[in-house]
Amino acid sequence: MNKPIRAVSIFCMFLFLALMANVTYVQFWKSDDYNTDPRNARVAEASYSRERGQILVGEKPVAESKKSDDRYKYLRVYPEAGSRMFAPVTGYLQLGSQTGIERSQNAVLTGEDPQLFVTRLVDLLKGETAQGGNVVLTLDADAQKAAFEGLRDTLGPRGEGSVVAIQPKTGRVLAMASYPSYDPNELATHDSAKASEAYQALDADEREPLLNRALRTRLFPGSTFKLVTAAAAIEDGKYHASDDVPAGASYQPPGTTHQIGNDGRSRCSPEKISFATAMEWSCNTTFAQLAVEVGPEKMREQAEAFGFNSTSLLDLQGQVPSVYPTGVDVPDDEGGGTRELSLAETAQTGIGQNTVQSTPLQMAMVTAAIANQGKLMRPYLVEKVQTAGFNVLRTTEPETLNESAVSAATAGELTQLLEATVADGTASPAAIPDVRVAGKTGTAQRGDSLCSAGGKPPYAWFVSFAPAEDAEVAVAVMIEEAPDRACNEIAGGQLGGPIAKAVMEAVLEK
Amino acid sequence: MATNSALMGFVHRRRRGAELFLLVLALIVGIGAYAAVGLGVDGEVPTNLIGYGGWLTLLVVAAHIAVRIVAPYADPVLLPVVAALNGLGLAIIHRIDLAKDTGLASQQLTWMTLGVVLFVATLIVLPDHRLLARFTYTSGLTAIALLILPMIPGLGTQINGARIWISLGPFSFQPGEIAKVLLVITFAGYLVVHRDALALAGRRVVFVDLPRGRDLGPILMMWVVSLGILVLQRDLGSSLLFFGLFLVMLYVATERPGWLVVGALLFFGGAAVAFRIFSHVQSRVDIWLDPFADADGSGYQLVQALYGFAWGGLVGRGLGEGMPQRVPYVESDFILAAVGEELGLTAVMAVLLLYGLVVERALRAALISRDGFGKLVATGLAAVFALQVFVVIGGVTRLIPLTGLTTPFLSYGGSSLVANWVIIAILLRISDQARRPLPDLAADEAEDPDDQATQVVKVMPEWR
Repeated sequence: MNKPIRAVSIFCMFLFLALMANVTYVQFWKSDDYNTDPRNARVAEASYSRERGQILVGEKPVAESKKSDDRYKYLRVYPEAGSRMFAPVTGYLQLGSQTGIERSQNAVLTGEDPQLFVTRLVDLLKGETAQGGNVVLTLDADAQKAAFEGLRDTLGPRGEGSVVAIQPKTGRVLAMASYPSYDPNELATHDSAKASEAYQALDADEREPLLNRALRTRLFPGSTFKLVTAAAAIEDGKYHASDDVPAGASYQPPGTTHQIGNDGRSRCSPEKISFATAMEWSCNTTFAQLAVEVGPEKMREQAEAFGFNSTSLLDLQGQVPSVYPTGVDVPDDEGGGTRELSLAETAQTGIGQNTVQSTPLQMAMVTAAIANQGKLMRPYLVEKVQTAGFNVLRTTEPETLNESAVSAATAGELTQLLEATVADGTASPAAIPDVRVAGKTGTAQRGDSLCSAGGKPPYAWFVSFAPAEDAEVAVAVMIEEAPDRACNEIAGGQLGGPIAKAVMEAVLEK
Repeated sequence: MATNSALMGFVHRRRRGAELFLLVLALIVGIGAYAAVGLGVDGEVPTNLIGYGGWLTLLVVAAHIAVRIVAPYADPVLLPVVAALNGLGLAIIHRIDLAKDTGLASQQLTWMTLGVVLFVATLIVLPDHRLLARFTYTSGLTAIALLILPMIPGLGTQINGARIWISLGPFSFQPGEIAKVLLVITFAGYLVVHRDALALAGRRVVFVDLPRGRDLGPILMMWVVSLGILVLQRDLGSSLLFFGLFLVMLYVATERPGWLVVGALLFFGGAAVAFRIFSHVQSRVDIWLDPFADADGSGYQLVQALYGFAWGGLVGRGLGEGMPQRVPYVESDFILAAVGEELGLTAVMAVLLLYGLVVERALRAALISRDGFGKLVATGLAAVFALQVFVVIGGVTRLIPLTGLTTPFLSYGGSSLVANWVIIAILLRISDQARRPLPDLAADEAEDPDDQATQVVKVMPEWR
């Protein structure tokens, strides 16, 4: 019987080898995945038991750990004054889940990041519990305040909207506001029943206060997308800022009977007008024709050069890519697959309609690239990582995403057009005395009918940068809902302009 | 004499000194871990360390002395290995006690005491393992009776969906653990008698000799019993264990791989049908495939165990520094998750090696055993042990679907611990018989007939 016993021995050996290999896989290869899984309450519980690092804006903490004498040693506190204002960026720390910077910088904040290895070692030798490192944000407290309060005061209590401000030369995000917001302290409480009640209430709220609209909400950019159309037309060599461009009271793109009009802006009616006039009065007929002349491929190329159809923000999770359509689905009974946009569809993309969609962050990037002589920088939120003792471990280096999204010459021409739009055109609410401001409004129609015909209120946008000659800040404002305002009041210039102005002033006053 | 020494020139050494040395190491593991738990959780050595350590030492030394006296040639590695496992298990259960505010460790120590008592008793009552062959059918019937017991209303208790417990007053008992040992004896007794009939060549199909149809009786019966356990008691683990055990023993007895083919087909057929019919089997497989699909519901236990293993990493968080209480039933089926979390991959590997050693020493005893019954019993016990370790550890580390069995010697649970101590006693007895030098038959003829009779009876009661 010894032969089969030997066979059984070998079989048993394989059983044990399989166990060993598998446990090595779980404890060694997969351990990082499991240990960073936000559903892993073990990780959060451990982080509640030691002093987590601070999240700072300037020198003030917007999230810090305070000693607590309940079942965990430390409570995460978001200082009252700014808790709602900063919530979309800081996120919240809850047993079993984290969001925002709390999540993306978790390793630094808990002290487990390799950069903090030496600090951890010193703490260990001194017999102290390891402390987490601090994360300093790029946000400008005044700009953030102007953005958040601007949204709150302009949109009314039931409004929904978002503001993003970027420093064009570096990509530092100076403001990132989303309204409505929430108080992360309610979610970070150690009373798990209360925390989950608060979460459920926020989660069930139709206005989605937990949503960071700056990077998660995509809407038709409407006329603000005309920056991209104009950039494509100038880059293509078809027109210059000083040229006359085609216009007209209405335009019927080839291959359709649908008319594109100018919503009653009579300055757009002549067959030919100056490029500046077209931009100042946001002539749909002009930009629809420019888009058709440039063609869908070049329009798409230009949009993608500004960052459409991709994501760019590394410091927060969940950015959705903004969309310039890559094709149109062909129904299965006509052969399936996708086809290139028709000219009629291209005409609509030229004025930010059709299926063009953008996040506030993306429109801020477009604006910032134009403000920065055509160079697109990667937006970022983490300025520095420090030890618990405020020694700087790492400062983020600005990173170029696209050396020339448009050429410096094109950027200069666009800036002229946008300056004129603030000085003499629809974007005048953003004008700041003694500062050269460049800007553009956008009022994107929702559905088929206008306010006057009883339709839904439009989405309102506003983008701007200042000072035009050497920009320090580029802003994008998006207004999704403002039910407390009359439908015909909701327009990019009227509602978005003052918010953008306040944010730019907050930055420029430094 | 000359022929004998040429044949059996190699004489095993007793190596009881080596066993004692290894036992000291095992005690250091057990008592050291117990002290480390106190240091890790409360920051001080447990106050009852002396009493606890003393009791553990007493048990281990008693077992060692019993082996020295009644089984002097027994394998010297088995006892220290299980002492280390049992000691480590006690320390981990104590650790979980401190986290959950329960008192399971002292109960487990009581069970261990009973286990060691039965271990010593088995060695004394059983001077030769072949005595067990007399109880082939008695133990078979007892095993079946034990397996049926939990089905009796009022006596059986359903815990976590499996009806495998019986309650007598304050005690609950898992009769399946005892049935395991009895079944090994039954199979060995039956197979050693009927192996020739079962080994008769049948049809040859593609390189494999398939058995004759009429010989399929026993394997079909065992298959039905296993399925019965699965269906009536919803105990996936035991069902798999018993059937696997029977297959291995059948294969070893008949030396015919054809039985494995038949058995594997029956197993997969049964498993496929069970999967289609029984929702509890389906849900186990679903959890295995994607425990994270319902991480807060059905997959919770496994997900928490995986998090625990990962949290431990290579060297563990240290005793008292983890959160093993997050895993439901961490003190029984999932105790390895606690080992993995607080002592790391290193300790899990060590535990697996210890289990591997037990299996290896058992199979070694089977190889050198001089009688077919001993070979079969040792192989069967080794197989039970290996399969149980594979099924439970494979389950908690998500190698295979979770089935629910105790981890031998580590898990909290009296029936399992006692049964495993008896298994080790039987293995030691078999290895003692196998390693013992053969009585010198040639010399016997020359010597005084009285001496000869005394000597042969004393050493080998039934040896011919």
